[in-house]
Amino acid sequence: MNMKSILMGAACAFALAPAAYAERGSDGNVSIIYWQAPSIMNPYLSGGTKELEAASLVIEPLARYDEGSSLIPWLVEEIPTVENGGVSSDLKSITWKLKPGLKWSDGSDFTSADVKFTWEYCTHPEGGCAQSEKYNNVISVDTPDALTAVVTFDVAKPFPYGPFVGSQAPIIQAAQFANCMGAKAPECTTENFNPVGTGPFTVTEFRPNDVISLAANTNYRDPNKPAFATVTFKGGGDATAAGRSVLETGEFDYAWNLQLAPEVLDQMAGAGKGTVVSAFGTLVERIMVNQTDVNPDLGDERGTVKHPHPFLTDINVRKALSMAIDRELLVEIGYGKAGRPTCNVLPAPAIYASTANDGCLVQDIAGANALLDEAGWVKGADGVRAKDGVRLKMLYQTSTNAVRQDFQALIKQWWGEIGVETELRNINGSVFFGSDPGSPDTFQKFFADVEMYANNFDGTDPESYMAYWACKQAPSPENQWQGNNMPRFCSEEYDALVAKYAVTGDINERAEIAKAMNDMLMQEYVIIPLVDRGRVSAHSNTLGGVVLNTWDSEMWNIADWYRVK
Amino acid sequence: MLTFTIRRLMLAVPTLLFISLVIFLLLKLAPGDPMAQVPLTVPPEVKEKMREALGLGQPIHIQYLKWLVQMFWIEPQVLIDHFFGTSFSEGELRVISWQTRSPVMDIVMQRIPQTLWVVGMSYVVGVLIAIPIGIYSAYKQYSLFDQVGTFISMIGYSVPPFFSGVLMIVIFSVFLGWFPSIYDTTLVVDSWDSFLKQLRQMIMPVMVLALQTTAQISRFMRASMLDNLNEDYVRTARAKGLNERVVVLVHVLRNSMIPVVTVIALGVPAIFGGAIITEQVFKVNGIGQLLITAIQANDLPMVQTLTFMFAILIVLFNLIADILYGVLDPRIRYD
Repeated sequence: MNMKSILMGAACAFALAPAAYAERGSDGNVSIIYWQAPSIMNPYLSGGTKELEAASLVIEPLARYDEGSSLIPWLVEEIPTVENGGVSSDLKSITWKLKPGLKWSDGSDFTSADVKFTWEYCTHPEGGCAQSEKYNNVISVDTPDALTAVVTFDVAKPFPYGPFVGSQAPIIQAAQFANCMGAKAPECTTENFNPVGTGPFTVTEFRPNDVISLAANTNYRDPNKPAFATVTFKGGGDATAAGRSVLETGEFDYAWNLQLAPEVLDQMAGAGKGTVVSAFGTLVERIMVNQTDVNPDLGDERGTVKHPHPFLTDINVRKALSMAIDRELLVEIGYGKAGRPTCNVLPAPAIYASTANDGCLVQDIAGANALLDEAGWVKGADGVRAKDGVRLKMLYQTSTNAVRQDFQALIKQWWGEIGVETELRNINGSVFFGSDPGSPDTFQKFFADVEMYANNFDGTDPESYMAYWACKQAPSPENQWQGNNMPRFCSEEYDALVAKYAVTGDINERAEIAKAMNDMLMQEYVIIPLVDRGRVSAHSNTLGGVVLNTWDSEMWNIADWYRVK
Repeated sequence: MLTFTIRRLMLAVPTLLFISLVIFLLLKLAPGDPMAQVPLTVPPEVKEKMREALGLGQPIHIQYLKWLVQMFWIEPQVLIDHFFGTSFSEGELRVISWQTRSPVMDIVMQRIPQTLWVVGMSYVVGVLIAIPIGIYSAYKQYSLFDQVGTFISMIGYSVPPFFSGVLMIVIFSVFLGWFPSIYDTTLVVDSWDSFLKQLRQMIMPVMVLALQTTAQISRFMRASMLDNLNEDYVRTARAKGLNERVVVLVHVLRNSMIPVVTVIALGVPAIFGGAIITEQVFKVNGIGQLLITAIQANDLPMVQTLTFMFAILIVLFNLIADILYGVLDPRIRYD
């Protein structure tokens, strides 16, 4: 090929750039780096984010969320609703109509039998399926014909989009996994590493915790996609190295989840080889305020609702703790572009976001001091407030993580300024977040006065998330310390809202209830929200079509990615 | 010698069994939960089900016995099947990793090549550089060469690979763009071109690791040479009129190698253990990275199997070092 034809080719490519994805496989290889390496391609056996995202290149759900958190049909004709008759009027069943002509990557037909099989696979009692929550209350999946799947629930489901929706609940092929049910699931190594899928790519080689090689699916539904012929999905290392390989050396095209100090990321982006992208979801870094006494002398009743906390049950103290925090500064130090201050534990989607608590955005140490003075907490000679012999001395725990330890130090300082003495403690994440009932250091046991961590919810419906703070969700010895109500908050009013939420179908009414619940938690100050944490990733300047989506897999639209010529 | 070897090998069996029990109990006693990395959005009941599916609900002695059977009975069968195409192990449950739900040994075999290439090569390179440096430093004690050698060894000893590795990446990958910062484990060397590619991606990790090996071995070599250079037999050799070359490289070197060979042999198991930090820095994803990710994920079968394999290698190479001793110095006999 001579110079002229190269130039001609380049000119043509440039002219075609707006419609860049000309044909399948024309753009060569795209390389992606996940600094946490995926260990399996079957999300039903892992539950980890890295596995969900890797698997989403190959297997797909019936419907998924786009970057604006709206539900979009993926393998189906349309999203079933009550209006279009897809959801029954008693909210107990939903009918999915599959797109005709869909093929698995092995060339066989994609049918409703596969949908039904996926449900059976995940709900098998011995399978230990990580996503079985998605299939809660499903009593049957019927297949009247090859393109129709009817999911029936045993209760009215105002939000019936749990099963088969989002990257957590993709459809697996019945023919491939038929012998992998229940206890046999882990033995199916080949199946778990090389699933047959409907997605744009198929696995050619899977090296657990190292690298996945994929090639374009020749049976993909859009004959012109994906633009890339192969994908290299490398894992391992750390976030800094991943960021460097995209932004500084240009070896990779896409780096996932770059939790780095803001100035480090800015410096890397300065090399000009790539772009940092960020988007926000529902992940909130928060402080939980314990409502129970954790004095070790209480023995088995330590940290249970039988013994209220000596001073954190006073709302003035809780409010003062929140007022003393400068959330702007926390964001600047810890997250930069990847964070924004928040006063809500339910910050998104937009219709659920409350504005009633925004006063917390401004730090008010003087106000907090005045509030405590008024409530009768008097500063002693050592600068620590006390009332009736009870000193404001707290243990503040969190997981081991550089940003969290910075936050602890800053907050300790601010709380010191309002006369609250704080002792800091950090616990290895695998212990803190592991729910071993034998360990005293888990975040469920919460044997401290306050604790900090981040949490979010899957998809866009906060019903089960907001139910976390119902009385019965408080961890206790009776439920082996499982449960999500870490502050042990208990209010009849709140429980009534939880019950009402579960039976309300109208989306606007649901939003009102969710907001009311959020406001109640915020105004009781049992949860002190700090930072709304976004997702930060980076892609090379030569990679086009990337749309960062925090509501689904980041790889959700990889079929549309292309090489910028 | 043979009876000695056999006796030592017999003794190794109870030793290794005891080691395996200690490893198992330590891992069981250590805090941590294999479900800790599962997102908080997965409810606790589901996590409990997942734990049961991993076999965590069983009593501790059953778990240990199961592992013993899988490791010493089923895995060797798999190996035999692999080599002879038989089917002894069909349908038997092998040691399964909790993270990947696949046989641990398969992953180990997948990781061995890159670890041997990078860590093994660095060991060979390190030893090859270290021995001449050690010899010459001792022969010309306190010369400029010796001083510089001492200085470089000091650096090699004291600079950790998470610093030197990242420094090399910043210089050679980011600024100069000569070498890739991320190792490609899928690269198949089948042509001159791919061989060069392999060479380029190996240079940095090999150099970082070789610096450490060189530092250590050259110090040993130098000290051992110095001990011998002042011996009477060296003076005798010179008095006989042998030239310096023969005196140093035949008489002194052979005697000086005895302790050095031990050090080199005892360092070999560490090659198979991989290089946890360097592998992470360069994304080589060998045995070291496998071990550290397994520890982070509380993947007990994987950690147990890997640490046990290291134990076997250490016991084995201790024996080899002892035998080499006898070979190098005919005065040493174990019978």
